[in-house]
Amino acid sequence: MALLRVTSPHAHGPMSTPKVMRQVLLATLPGVLVLTHFFGFGTLVNILWGGLLAVALESLALKLRGRSPGFYLKDCSALVTAVLLGIALPPYAPWWLVAVGIASAILLAKHLYGGLGYNPFNPAMVGYVVLLISFPVQMTAWAPPRGVGEVPGLLEALLACFAPASYDGVTQATPLDVLKQNNSLLIGDLWKDNPLFGRWGGAGWEWANIAFLAGGLWLLYRRIFTWHAPVAFLAALALMAALIYDGGSSASGGSPLFHLLSGATMFGAFFIVTDPVTSAVSVRGRLVYGALIGLLVYVIRVWGNYPDAVAFAVLIMNFAAPFIDHYTQPRTYGHKTGGTR
Amino acid sequence: MRKIFDFHGGIHPPENKRQSLGEPIRDAGIPGQLVIPLSQHIGAPSAPIVAVGERVLKGQVIAEAGGFVSVPQHAPSSGTVIAIEERPIPHPSGFRAPCVVIECDGRDEWLPHTGIDNYPGVSPSELLEHIREAGIAGMGGAGFPAAVKLRQKPGATVDTLIINGTECEPYITADDALMRERAADIIAGAEILRHIVGPAETLIGVEDNKPEGIAALRAAAGDSGIEVVEFPTKYPSGGEKQLIEILTGKQVPSGGLPADIGVVCQNLGTTVAVRDAILDGRPLISRITTITGEAVAHPGNYEVLLGTPISHLLELAGYDATRNNRLVMGGPMMGFTLTDTAAPVVKTTNCLLAPTEAELPTPPPAQACIRCGLCAEACPASLLPQQLFWFARGKEYEKLEEHNLFDCIECGACSWACPSQIPLVQYYRASKAEILQQRRDHDKSEQSRLRFEARQERLAREAEEKEAKRAARKKAAELKARQAATGAENEDPIQAAIERAKAKKAAQQQAAGSESEVDKLEQAVVTASKRLQTATAKLEQARAEGSDLVDALQTGVDKTRAKLEKAEQALADHRAAQGNGGALSTGAEAAPVDAAQAAIEKARAARAADADLSPRDKARKQLESLQQRLAKSEKRLADSRNAGEEDKIVEALEASVERLRDKIAATETELATHAAAENH
Repeated sequence: MALLRVTSPHAHGPMSTPKVMRQVLLATLPGVLVLTHFFGFGTLVNILWGGLLAVALESLALKLRGRSPGFYLKDCSALVTAVLLGIALPPYAPWWLVAVGIASAILLAKHLYGGLGYNPFNPAMVGYVVLLISFPVQMTAWAPPRGVGEVPGLLEALLACFAPASYDGVTQATPLDVLKQNNSLLIGDLWKDNPLFGRWGGAGWEWANIAFLAGGLWLLYRRIFTWHAPVAFLAALALMAALIYDGGSSASGGSPLFHLLSGATMFGAFFIVTDPVTSAVSVRGRLVYGALIGLLVYVIRVWGNYPDAVAFAVLIMNFAAPFIDHYTQPRTYGHKTGGTR
Repeated sequence: MRKIFDFHGGIHPPENKRQSLGEPIRDAGIPGQLVIPLSQHIGAPSAPIVAVGERVLKGQVIAEAGGFVSVPQHAPSSGTVIAIEERPIPHPSGFRAPCVVIECDGRDEWLPHTGIDNYPGVSPSELLEHIREAGIAGMGGAGFPAAVKLRQKPGATVDTLIINGTECEPYITADDALMRERAADIIAGAEILRHIVGPAETLIGVEDNKPEGIAALRAAAGDSGIEVVEFPTKYPSGGEKQLIEILTGKQVPSGGLPADIGVVCQNLGTTVAVRDAILDGRPLISRITTITGEAVAHPGNYEVLLGTPISHLLELAGYDATRNNRLVMGGPMMGFTLTDTAAPVVKTTNCLLAPTEAELPTPPPAQACIRCGLCAEACPASLLPQQLFWFARGKEYEKLEEHNLFDCIECGACSWACPSQIPLVQYYRASKAEILQQRRDHDKSEQSRLRFEARQERLAREAEEKEAKRAARKKAAELKARQAATGAENEDPIQAAIERAKAKKAAQQQAAGSESEVDKLEQAVVTASKRLQTATAKLEQARAEGSDLVDALQTGVDKTRAKLEKAEQALADHRAAQGNGGALSTGAEAAPVDAAQAAIEKARAARAADADLSPRDKARKQLESLQQRLAKSEKRLADSRNAGEEDKIVEALEASVERLRDKIAATETELATHAAAENH
């Protein structure tokens, strides 16, 4: 056997990018199951249809760019994008909505910038925002959770996706929506009258958030990412809510717990904010990055035009990530100060 | 219990040390030939002092140290020098380099040698000389001459002497074997180093994965005051900077040395070599090398004569080439691959690793960097490897330096941790080399620029001086010619005689009074312009080096320039006065003076215009002007010959034509050199 001529190191650790991606996929499972329990099969259909499209478009893009699809598809990053977008989209979304979202994410946000690792913006969130701005009606049509309304079956879910004209589902505002629209009731009264609210956050939503939190904690335990960005994000969001919350007036903006367990908070904290490609890179940088997203989420939720805000907040901070990196360079061994000289 | 500090990052690769620790240290024997590279250390290569055909004894010096940072080489066994030539050496590039080749006679006959009986009575500097004479260079990997590292700056104090027994690289157990089997020698070596360095405390740092070694060392250390410090196993805690942080909590300043924070660090193997050199008078001619990996049947530690071909060792260890995928000198984290088993074992060869494909698989193609940051978590220097990778790919060298690329110790932890299997360290090495090359190129071009400018200035100044002298000569010649002419045209001989006498007297007075004055003034101008020249060159150099003297030098240059201007003014004034107020103040008289001045001005203007030209263009321009001047001078010479002017004038003109021709020849040579350089 001819002897290899390679440079050190010759040994390699057990971690690989496909493994990282597969673990992220696995970690979304509890959240997806809870969403399916409360809202029916819509989310699963989104994920499967989106996944299929994502892999097809990724192959196409790789081929057009002269890369070997066989090698690069292995990194599973397209599937991760599809799953994240599928979770973020309202269940029972029509097929074309998913298709536009996936195409925007894979082609526009990812491959136009050079593929995995080169995209400045989180692809799933780009897909989501493109849809939210272009198709606000479809994007805000959430199904009522189990206990509030009828949960459609699998067949209805497929129908809703692939034959949207023949599907007439019930949709309802989300708890964040309701809270936003409310300008007369005390929070306590709102809670009492509306079955959409659960124990701490939205009915069903709170459990989905807890499930995503569990998935996220497992990823933390597996050391797929560090705690800095998600914890900073959650802390900043809770802190903002705690500062503004006045005990329950109509203008109180919701309690810290409500914010932590409503909408896309936990999903965002552990699956979006932690996207390594588009976030800041140093430890300090990730703290700043996460905290500013938390701040923005609260600001947009309470004072902005949209009931939920994770996608916008993340994209805005994607812009700022290189800037944050510039100012949060760690102190190198043997140097007196960190940051850029 | 001593406080142990932690360093940032680090990884926990599989240790794989057990394989080579099953047997005690074995003797690798005497091979047929020993190949001693003249450069086994950092610094100048050694200079051979033996001849081909000469018989050498074991321990005999065969090459002297080639400089201050250098060590001599010794014959590891007795035999005959059969060649001094380029042979394959263990080097990442697979280089060949000059080696002394000894055909061993197998008798292993020692040169008589004795140690120092009572070294505490010997001065540190004398002991350092012995260490240097023994050819000891750091045996941990870098191979820095031990005596240079141990030498203290006058007045410096050392708080901590650290013996590095960490051996954090997987697979390698050479130091572990030494600890188990020669603990007393390690302590004896440490005592000698302690005597030389005079530290407040002496520590031996060992990772906690070597309990037997630690126990043996502690037993040997007894109450000597040498402390054996155990700390958690983590790669790369054996890096000098990392070990210093673990044991002292202090960081070596970037670009500095451990001595800057009162620490001296020596490798464990080096410590034993020091002991052997001082107590036994035995130079560094052998070392312990680990041979391991699944492609060898008998992994273990071998005492190997330096210069032993690797093929000899591999054979000894039962090497199966068919199962081996790469041959690594050093460990799996920082070692380099060898392609030629004829390369010898050298002073820094702590390990030979012959793994199978299953053991250390061929690296797969790298996937995209997802900036996950696992590398930054692993980096012991607290760098941002993912950013460095990004900048290295983009060849953004300034950014790389801003992100402290040169603080990277190339430990490989980032590459090990990278989930996308990107060969990060390779990118950093290449970028470092590229930046260093750029720096060298920049320095070189800066130097040539300064040298060239200085030369141009000098040439222009010389041309000016010659021009001025020529003008002065011409003036003198014309004056005489005019005198002669006026004399001939005068109708009244008496009047003419009176006039002549008057003129002569006046001219003599003028000459006596002002010739020396002009000379003085001219001399002043020349001196001042020379000074300005020197001052400007100094200023340029200071600017190039970014020295803080730039401002002071600038002031100096300004002052000198003012002086020069003053001197030139004085000269011009004097000449003007001479021209206007002199006894022979005719229009024809004043003209040459003004012409000389004008020539100076013209030359200066031309020089200013030339500043922007390339050297070649400058030379070409100069040549053209010289040729024009030559044509003029030749014409003038012909005219004056035809006019039957005085011999002196003709001679002066002839001399001037000669000078111009010489100059043209010189300029043509210069032009040819430039052309050759540019074509090259």
